[in-house]
Amino acid sequence: MEAVGVSMKRVDGPDKATGRAKYTADLISRDALVAKVFRSTVANGRVLSLDISEALKVPGVVRIVTCFDVPRYYFPTAGHPWSTDPAHQDVADRLLLTDRPLYYGDDVAAVIAEDEIAAKRALRLIKAEYETYPFVLDPLEAIKEGAPQLHPDYPNNILKHTSGSAGDWDKAIAEPGLLCLDKWYETPIVQHCHIENHICCAWTEGRKIAILSSTQIPHIVRRCVGQALGRPWGEIRVIKPYIGGGFGNKQDALYEPLCAYLATLTDGRPVKLDVSREETFVNNRVRHGGKFHLVTYFRRDGTFVARQMEEYSQQGAYTSHGHSTAAKATNGFVQMYPCEAYRFDAYSVYTNTPTAGAMRAYGMPQVSFAMESHVDDIAKMLGMSPIALRDKNRMPVGYRDAFTGNVNWQDSHGQCMEKAMEYIGWQEKYKAYQNQTGPVRRGVGMAIFWYNTAVWPISLEATTSRMMLNQDGSVQYMCAETEIGQGADTAYTQMVAQTVGVPVEKVHVVTCQDTDVTGYGTGAYASRQTYVEGFAIANVGRQFREKILAYASWLTKIPAEELDLRDGNIVSHGETVMTLEALATEATYSMERAAYITAEDTTQVKSNAYSFGCSFAEVEVDIPLCKVKVLNIVNVHDCGTLINPQLAQAQVHGGMSMSIGYAMGEELKFDEKTGRPLNNNLLDYKISTAMDHPDLGALFVENPEPTSPFGTKALGEPPAVSPAPAIRNAVLQATGVEIDRLPMTPHVLFERFREEGLIHV
Amino acid sequence: MFDFSALYEAYSVREAVALRQEHPEAKIIAGGSDQLVKLRDGKLAGCELISIYTIDELRGVSLGEDGTLRVGALTSFADVSENELIERLVPVLGYAAGQVGGPQVRNIGTIGGNVSNGVTSADTGATLLAWDAVMELAGPEGTRKVPAARWYIRAGQVDVRPGEILTAVTIPQAAYEGYSGWYMKYAMRNAMDIATLGCSVNVCLTADKAAFQDVRIAYGVAGPVPMRAETAAAAGRGQPVSPETIERMVQAVGEDVHPRTSWRAKAEFRGYLAQELLRRCLTQSAKRAGGVLHGV
Repeated sequence: MEAVGVSMKRVDGPDKATGRAKYTADLISRDALVAKVFRSTVANGRVLSLDISEALKVPGVVRIVTCFDVPRYYFPTAGHPWSTDPAHQDVADRLLLTDRPLYYGDDVAAVIAEDEIAAKRALRLIKAEYETYPFVLDPLEAIKEGAPQLHPDYPNNILKHTSGSAGDWDKAIAEPGLLCLDKWYETPIVQHCHIENHICCAWTEGRKIAILSSTQIPHIVRRCVGQALGRPWGEIRVIKPYIGGGFGNKQDALYEPLCAYLATLTDGRPVKLDVSREETFVNNRVRHGGKFHLVTYFRRDGTFVARQMEEYSQQGAYTSHGHSTAAKATNGFVQMYPCEAYRFDAYSVYTNTPTAGAMRAYGMPQVSFAMESHVDDIAKMLGMSPIALRDKNRMPVGYRDAFTGNVNWQDSHGQCMEKAMEYIGWQEKYKAYQNQTGPVRRGVGMAIFWYNTAVWPISLEATTSRMMLNQDGSVQYMCAETEIGQGADTAYTQMVAQTVGVPVEKVHVVTCQDTDVTGYGTGAYASRQTYVEGFAIANVGRQFREKILAYASWLTKIPAEELDLRDGNIVSHGETVMTLEALATEATYSMERAAYITAEDTTQVKSNAYSFGCSFAEVEVDIPLCKVKVLNIVNVHDCGTLINPQLAQAQVHGGMSMSIGYAMGEELKFDEKTGRPLNNNLLDYKISTAMDHPDLGALFVENPEPTSPFGTKALGEPPAVSPAPAIRNAVLQATGVEIDRLPMTPHVLFERFREEGLIHV
Repeated sequence: MFDFSALYEAYSVREAVALRQEHPEAKIIAGGSDQLVKLRDGKLAGCELISIYTIDELRGVSLGEDGTLRVGALTSFADVSENELIERLVPVLGYAAGQVGGPQVRNIGTIGGNVSNGVTSADTGATLLAWDAVMELAGPEGTRKVPAARWYIRAGQVDVRPGEILTAVTIPQAAYEGYSGWYMKYAMRNAMDIATLGCSVNVCLTADKAAFQDVRIAYGVAGPVPMRAETAAAAGRGQPVSPETIERMVQAVGEDVHPRTSWRAKAEFRGYLAQELLRRCLTQSAKRAGGVLHGV
């Protein structure tokens, strides 16, 4: 029976729907102390002194630790596999608490108390004295001479600058008759807004510190905590239960290092550090804001001849994932529309704002908005259809990226666009919506994208997994790759069942990762897990089957090569010889040859794969109200063979929703005078609601990925890439107005419609 | 965990008034959709609370013998928005209540709380002001009535005196009979939001539907508290029902409305919206009242 390709129900569904599922907060013991962080009220400065005397008098306060008390081991936080090559190691620029705050809200001290009320009361009584420095909130300001400097080793606040080029630029643009479009595009700082805020709890046991944490990357967090505390990594234990989403924010060591340190001061009592929503916005990670300067030279028939991009990526106060998101965006730029000559410069720039890290689609939503908007602006200049222009220039079939080895095997973009056009009724609507007048107008727009699967060859792709045969013939599967709400455990269940030859009900995936028990693997990021686990399950599953069949052969005296394991039965030449259950029971309790049948291996993956797709949107713009209504939207993905079609759709719906928010409302804002965050709450930060969504269309083209044992490739992040520019381009068709920054709020539309003479004040 | 020092529960209006007198510093809490947010922020740390949420007599909608529509202060937004009497007599009030937050907030939040917290963005605030509602309070001296026009003192403060609680929001028959209205909430998204600007309008047309006999206009977020736009309304009273009259009122409203710039919206944008929303609310109200607007 086929287990893969079926929309089986989520294995964690009933527990999550009924509230039985245990998340971090459910597992913290009731005697845990509570830690709260005291935060800087300057955006750039130095702590001169902290007066904690009044705060210490609050009943219930156990201890207050300040930036002057903590060990000074600078540590990195990025959820990257560690590199043994010092040149590729993440920048170590964090301390547990800092006397040199670099953004408004930086971690200066921590209160440990019996409960949250005592901790909060103490926070209000701590008095800090600062030396204040000028601060800078904008990356284009931050690179100027004389701008406030955040990190002494990075002049002009430039964490990293990379550039690249190909072809002969001067020769290419010298071609007579070329047209040129030269424009800037801008994307905001946004936050992941996962349902469960980051929370962790640490305690000491033996020589170890154990940390229960809402994280995507338990093994990486273990290493980061070891580095932060100056302790051997083996003395750190990280336990990851169910988590309520992460979207990349939890692909970072967040407050685990501080919490672990505080736990060393409490004589064994656990310390809980539960981050509020307000803190989540500012004191975890955000998506890099982006400013893009795009210049394209093209022929009158629409052929791109030369393309240039300058990218300024807003890093915020600390390095976290650093330049890697900006670098990924440059790949996005180069490979989407290959042409005669290109050149790019990408800068990651420190500013006195919250630290940017990983967020779903890692640099691609930013560049996709800039690039896909730019392409439609060119189509408008030429009076050409956006699809015809893309067909002329997009990554051709057979294109191979020399670095990753990725190949565009099929015309996935063409196939995806065709499905989307049909879904949205593109042909009729694109025509009908030309040249409208009147206050309320409609438009259709689209955008395409490509995305990598996993991170090979930039960094390690290896994962450890273990299969164990239970006494009843069921299979226990333990792996390092984490369920973070995306449905990973269900996909693993299906792949294990298919590989081993048992029904899905006979597979138990161990959902919790515990670094003391679970083998090494890096965790949920880079849309890698289903792809990487595919290799791991195929590899370990093969070894596991061989051991089972060898045991069956010994039991039945039938040669192993004449045996097979199908649907939970040992079969030979189509006849069931015995059930796997009978075999397992016998193996476990055999007086002659007891065997606990297991297989374990670390599987290394040395390939990557292009994932493709597009978004098509239809909007209605009420011009006098400065409002856009998304009437219809669809994503079409080629992520290879679907493991679970229904879960794949859900993944797409979630990503589209995030991108609709990115397009229409989400933006973290700061007070120009103080650097203070203005809207770090779910009321003032306008994430889109169900009432702001039309029905979300999610369709697929299934070209099996040749490199994957299951034909699968990235789907985790890609859905969040192209809806925003598709909506923007639909607004362009409806109104003729180019909106070159996100989000397209009524405030922005008001200014733009006024500039274009569509409304009068 | 919420930081408060005591919670007193009242089961009757009499008990509530007594508790208010015994604990003059205590804050009143009903559904808690505003107070708990403040408590969580630490703004009321250590405060005492008097819960009136337990007073069932303050729930429900009724029609008095004199035709006064009476909405108990603890009636939830959800119940206001689905009430048959309100739907029949002042449908726009039900509509406005239905614009608050999301389903959960509409189930716990009360109309009394919405007008008692004194915020300018309250969805029912502008509408009650536009409909000449009268607030009914109970206190040590008995019942006191305050017209909506005198209810708001300043941002965050309304005319509730020591020992008093708001018991009902009422609309006299003369204020609703023959009137039709419309409310527009302008917000950045379609749910879970507070208004960038709210505009509530109602009109009474002459018997032949040819002229505006009366026009009442109120705004939320156009000032520190909900406010009436009297210049604009005066510009329409007695005038023919026509796009020109509506335009005259729209132009006049600049005299009434002086919005501020904040990081949430620029004054210029709010001023522009005040006119655009008024244009739409007047047009809708006139149509609902049976007026004919040529070319609209």
